[in-house]
Amino acid sequence: MCGIVGLYLKNPEIRDQLGAYFSPMLEQMSDRGPDSAGVAIYRDDVSQSAKVTLYDPGPNFNWTELAADSTRDLGVDISVERISSHAILSGEIESATLRRWVEEKRPNIRVMSSGNNLEIYKEVGLPSDVLTRFGIPQVSGSHAIGHTRMATESAVTTEGAHPFNTGDDLCLVHNGSLSNHHRLRDWLREHADFKFQTENDSEVAAAYLTWRLGQGATIAEALEAALLDLDGFYTFAIGTRDGFSVLRDPIACKPAVMAETENWVAMASEFRALAQLPGVDEARVWEPEPATVYSWGQA
Amino acid sequence: MEIIDLNSVPVREMNQRLQMRDGVVNEQEFQVLHPGGRHALSVGLTHPIDVTIDGHTGYYCGGMNQEAKITVNGNVGTGVAENMMSGCVRVKGDASQSAGATAHGGLLVIEGDASARCAISLKGGDVVVCGSVGHMAAFMAQAGRLVVLGDVGDDLGDSLYEADIYVGGTVASLGADCEEKEMNSDCRGELEKLLAEAGVTADVTKFRRYGSAKKLYHFNIDNAGDY
Repeated sequence: MCGIVGLYLKNPEIRDQLGAYFSPMLEQMSDRGPDSAGVAIYRDDVSQSAKVTLYDPGPNFNWTELAADSTRDLGVDISVERISSHAILSGEIESATLRRWVEEKRPNIRVMSSGNNLEIYKEVGLPSDVLTRFGIPQVSGSHAIGHTRMATESAVTTEGAHPFNTGDDLCLVHNGSLSNHHRLRDWLREHADFKFQTENDSEVAAAYLTWRLGQGATIAEALEAALLDLDGFYTFAIGTRDGFSVLRDPIACKPAVMAETENWVAMASEFRALAQLPGVDEARVWEPEPATVYSWGQA
Repeated sequence: MEIIDLNSVPVREMNQRLQMRDGVVNEQEFQVLHPGGRHALSVGLTHPIDVTIDGHTGYYCGGMNQEAKITVNGNVGTGVAENMMSGCVRVKGDASQSAGATAHGGLLVIEGDASARCAISLKGGDVVVCGSVGHMAAFMAQAGRLVVLGDVGDDLGDSLYEADIYVGGTVASLGADCEEKEMNSDCRGELEKLLAEAGVTADVTKFRRYGSAKKLYHFNIDNAGDY
């Protein structure tokens, strides 16, 4: 099953309430995915500094030491902020450089996301517990994407939870299952030198989009191409630095509903995730068409 | 008129009340407030009561309905009026996929659009959609009528057994074994009667009729080599 939600705040004046608007949406999708949950937050800043979200399950992991080591190796000041089992590394450097440093020097540490704006938090457990653990109800930002997981294609692990980030500030959540992910993973490994962290089909979809974007496609073009290259059932919500997109496969078995007001645009697997949003009574509510790309912001 | 506010009454309690489980049929009209997209609202009703739901509902609203008249002032999720036996379900907004699935009887009226697989496996009910419907409408329908005033998506009536389909707008494509049928004065009369029952105004001369070509009823021995 799985539940997915996305929220983009069009009105900058309510961006300090992103987490407050978003958290009840994700919690409402607990029935669709009680085994793990994840959230991607896009902060409302235009900082050019690198931001990399890391994960280690150890409660006593020494993140300060890791930051000091990276500062020494990279020659720039890298700061760290611990948030439960995750930590945010940041510094005035290319995010890809910082990500590569972690992957090479600390291969046991999981990179949850990298970019300038995006932070990803995910954990095994009930969505409400995951939200509380990472303080999501208090966060501010421009947009957020979330996922509640009921695993079908790979194990229930923190790494297997969504969202998946495979390139700068891009993330993807998925409700469905892909049937050609093994071959596509091999192809991306071979032809595009992708390193996969999991056996999860959705990570392959994220990597595919990252590859298309790297080839110069816009997110809309990448999603149009995905309609031809991805086989299986899916409703995707995709976050980019400046916006978010939604795509359903042509058969459209996996549900999706959207709503839009002057202040925000939101999508979810079911309407009940949108029912608490302030102003929803005046919202335009509709079901996205199959095989049609929807985009908001600069996505 | 009895008001049930789902902000304070659990769904199960509401359904038990509407199903008259305590055996007391002392109220004919109900208004349901704050549905909030909840699933399985107003399901399994068996008495000729009048239920109005103010807002959007989740899955299977009005499912298994018998006798009751249910009106939704909003949109409905997957499978509205699924397996309906009799009565009437009216949706003022849009319907998600599989609207009226396997309905044996009764009338489902959707004043907006319906998405994919509308009237899938219809077994004798009537479904009237004032807007358009998505792909695979009336898939494997066995009996009953689907009327669409607007346009229809791909693969209309795929693997149809029986059932009559009337379309006022365009058809993107027909599914396997679905073909256009003659629209004679008897058909127009029948359609006029159904639209009147649904409280919908439309020019019946603009409609085309579709049905089963019945070529999939029996295995064709010429295809044996394909297996």
